[in-house]
Amino acid sequence: MLRLEKRPSPSRAWNYATPIVAVLLTMIAGGILFVILGKNPFEAIKLIFWDPLFSEQFAAYSRPQLLVKAGPLNLIAVGLSVGFRAGIWNIGAEGQYIIGALCAAAVALAFYPADSVLVFPLMILAGAAGGWAWAMIPAILKTRFNTNEILVSLLLVYVAEKLLAAAATGFMRNPDGAGFPGSRNIHQYGAASNMELIVNSGLHWGGVAAFVAVLFTYLLLQRHILGFHVQLAGQAPRAARFAGVAPARLVLMCMGLSGAFAGMAGMFELAGPARLISIDFNAGYGFTAIIVAFLGRLHPIGIVLAGMLLALTYIGGELAQFMLNLPAAAIQVFQGMLLFFLLALDVLSNYRIRLAAPSRSPEGA
Amino acid sequence: MSTPLLSIQGLTKVYPGVVANSDVSFDIGEGEVHALLGENGAGKSTLVKAIYGLIRPNEGRMLWRGQPYAPGAPAQARATGVAMVFQHFSLFDAMDVAENVALGMDNPPPIRELAARITEVSHNYGLPLDPSRMVGDLSAGERQRVEIIRCLLQNPQLLIMDEPTSVLTPQEVEILFKTLRQLRAEGRSILYISHKLEEIRSLCENATVLRLGKVVGRADPRQESARSLAEMMVGQSLHTPSREPAQPGKLLLEVRDLSVASPAAFGTALKGVSLKVHAGEVLGIGGVAGNGQDELLGALSGELRAQSDAVRMAGEPVGHMGPTARRAMGLLCAPEERLGHAAAPDMSLTENALLTGAWREKLVNRGFINWPKARSFAETVIQRFDVRTPGPHVAARALSGGNLQKFVIGREILQRPSVLVVNQPTWGVDASAAAAIRQAILDLAQAGAAVVVISQDLDELLEVADNFAALNGGRLSAPRPVKGLTMDQIGLMLGGAAEGETNAAA
Repeated sequence: MLRLEKRPSPSRAWNYATPIVAVLLTMIAGGILFVILGKNPFEAIKLIFWDPLFSEQFAAYSRPQLLVKAGPLNLIAVGLSVGFRAGIWNIGAEGQYIIGALCAAAVALAFYPADSVLVFPLMILAGAAGGWAWAMIPAILKTRFNTNEILVSLLLVYVAEKLLAAAATGFMRNPDGAGFPGSRNIHQYGAASNMELIVNSGLHWGGVAAFVAVLFTYLLLQRHILGFHVQLAGQAPRAARFAGVAPARLVLMCMGLSGAFAGMAGMFELAGPARLISIDFNAGYGFTAIIVAFLGRLHPIGIVLAGMLLALTYIGGELAQFMLNLPAAAIQVFQGMLLFFLLALDVLSNYRIRLAAPSRSPEGA
Repeated sequence: MSTPLLSIQGLTKVYPGVVANSDVSFDIGEGEVHALLGENGAGKSTLVKAIYGLIRPNEGRMLWRGQPYAPGAPAQARATGVAMVFQHFSLFDAMDVAENVALGMDNPPPIRELAARITEVSHNYGLPLDPSRMVGDLSAGERQRVEIIRCLLQNPQLLIMDEPTSVLTPQEVEILFKTLRQLRAEGRSILYISHKLEEIRSLCENATVLRLGKVVGRADPRQESARSLAEMMVGQSLHTPSREPAQPGKLLLEVRDLSVASPAAFGTALKGVSLKVHAGEVLGIGGVAGNGQDELLGALSGELRAQSDAVRMAGEPVGHMGPTARRAMGLLCAPEERLGHAAAPDMSLTENALLTGAWREKLVNRGFINWPKARSFAETVIQRFDVRTPGPHVAARALSGGNLQKFVIGREILQRPSVLVVNQPTWGVDASAAAAIRQAILDLAQAGAAVVVISQDLDELLEVADNFAALNGGRLSAPRPVKGLTMDQIGLMLGGAAEGETNAAA
């Protein structure tokens, strides 16, 4: 019989090892899934994790995609990680991402076709403000009426999706677009375009913003008293109040920060890879970023690595779709399994597993 | 002597890095009240956990009436006839007494039948308890009765009691002892763990003393003095806290007609509390836990806000201020609950030093943390207050209760408070650590600080306090000088709910 025994101190070794073991277990379980789907598991896993970076056939296209996808994932995930450390669960980054993009699009479309260097920075501000405001709804409801931020933020994603559809087919529709849904192509509007900064690297301003956000979060969490209070509130709420932390202010700060980062990610995506507001503008980055945050141990550096890995599963998943005819959902299952294994293995940081000798007389009720 | 009820032979339990018990042997006879004495970390808990089937020893064996006894789980221990009352109650506030009892039983009968049996047992043993009352409304003494009755319903041969009197009023202790003596008269055995040596002398006929996991002495407590028992336990001569009598200085802390609601569901609101503490004075506040102690500490620390002039520091109104602003003025607190309130369990001692020391010790500069400085502050606390730990990187939860308490108290005292408020400074702390903490509190007052000690331990209050007040149902009695106060007068001051119960039992 297996038994869990609480460790006197959390195990550092397991804390670092769990993400790696979780990835390996996901590969094994994923391989079994592929076998059931009638595919060669080794080929599928190689296609997802190896070929996008190293195969001659695909790497030229796929490699830059890594930064394209990792940028928004990392930007959203570091924002979320701050709240998660404080025990404040913003699950609605996807919605804040959409609203950020809509606000940025509104700025771009309002200025179109003026050519000013101010347009792009204004769009960044609008994106951040939009995401921040959307996150303030669950935050204020929580601090005023003690509602559950998980439910409210999650449900607001669906509200944001409706707004997105209304914008793409209605108030933001391209007047020169012959009635097709979708806004003007913002990527082709010079003053608002989020260009690739180094040719064929996949790096655009969103990647730069993600890098700055990672650095900012690292300093906040490791060196600043506010970051210390965030962690204190997450681990021991009563001790945090004793230390002088005002819980309501912390909720507003954490939700606001993650909302603003998600909104900015939406803005960079809109003006860059996505090019325009369309009905299917959002690609699930806001949800995948939750996995990135946990896989990265809520640590900024870990999140960068985890963001790269999840970006790879996006790219590799697409490859596996054309090459092996895998269903699109298979890769979502893959990402979901990763989170599942990670959370399950997390037990090992705080507990050790003991093999207890079978009880001679199993008694009890 | 005939075959003992339980014979423990050469028991050894090793945890990674620690030998909790090493070759422990002793016998408990039928109808014997056996005391287990030792400081925190001496291995008492490990030993009783082994007897109760919560852990398995690495070596040694136990004999139950001469038969091998090796419980793999508490259910098996209970089936054999061992019952245990834990120091920390495992009860659900929002359920009634009978439901709570049923939850702890292996095969609970229907609730109505159980309620009848609870009434019957509680009558037979002089422990009045109404099975239909909500546990959240019970006093600490009544909660303990729930635990004891849960055990007695299983008709145990051996009852293990871990620090049973630490939450009781003197009157409640008398009731408990009557019950325990009755159990002994019925031929049941009791393994009694306590730090209160006077109690052990009046109740137990045999004592086994543990130190660092080993048996270091056996005694008949009736033949020993409390002091000799304590010295056996600590392994050195004990220091009694002392200080010079001093003239009280100027008024440092004044609370006037303070009323605040409790943030907890079953908490006690403070109702019109008033008190004054002068420089150099120690005010002791007695009373059973749950009568507003947590709320009083919260209202003084700033976790609970009140009207600005309800709390004054050296004449300045501070009632509306939060903890940080009050700390800046020199009002420091040490809450009762060490893990989760005074300290964050999973954080290192360095981080826990930062928790309250951030501003006063200037560990933070423009919001940025000076980690080397925080670490050296933690090291200073560890060294000055003799905290036994490998270093400041250790998580708070890895420290024993006494060591963490020394750290928490030391952290506040080293920040040079002008007013210090401590709640239960020596709860669950071993004798030598408790003496060190009390001495530190007295030294602080001697140096001119005003100190408020909230405690359930009356002996402690009589030892350190100049004035004594009782907190009952959220109301504070008028303080009286400790000099000349008798136990009976104190019992009357504590009065209220506790008095009702005592009368019912008489």
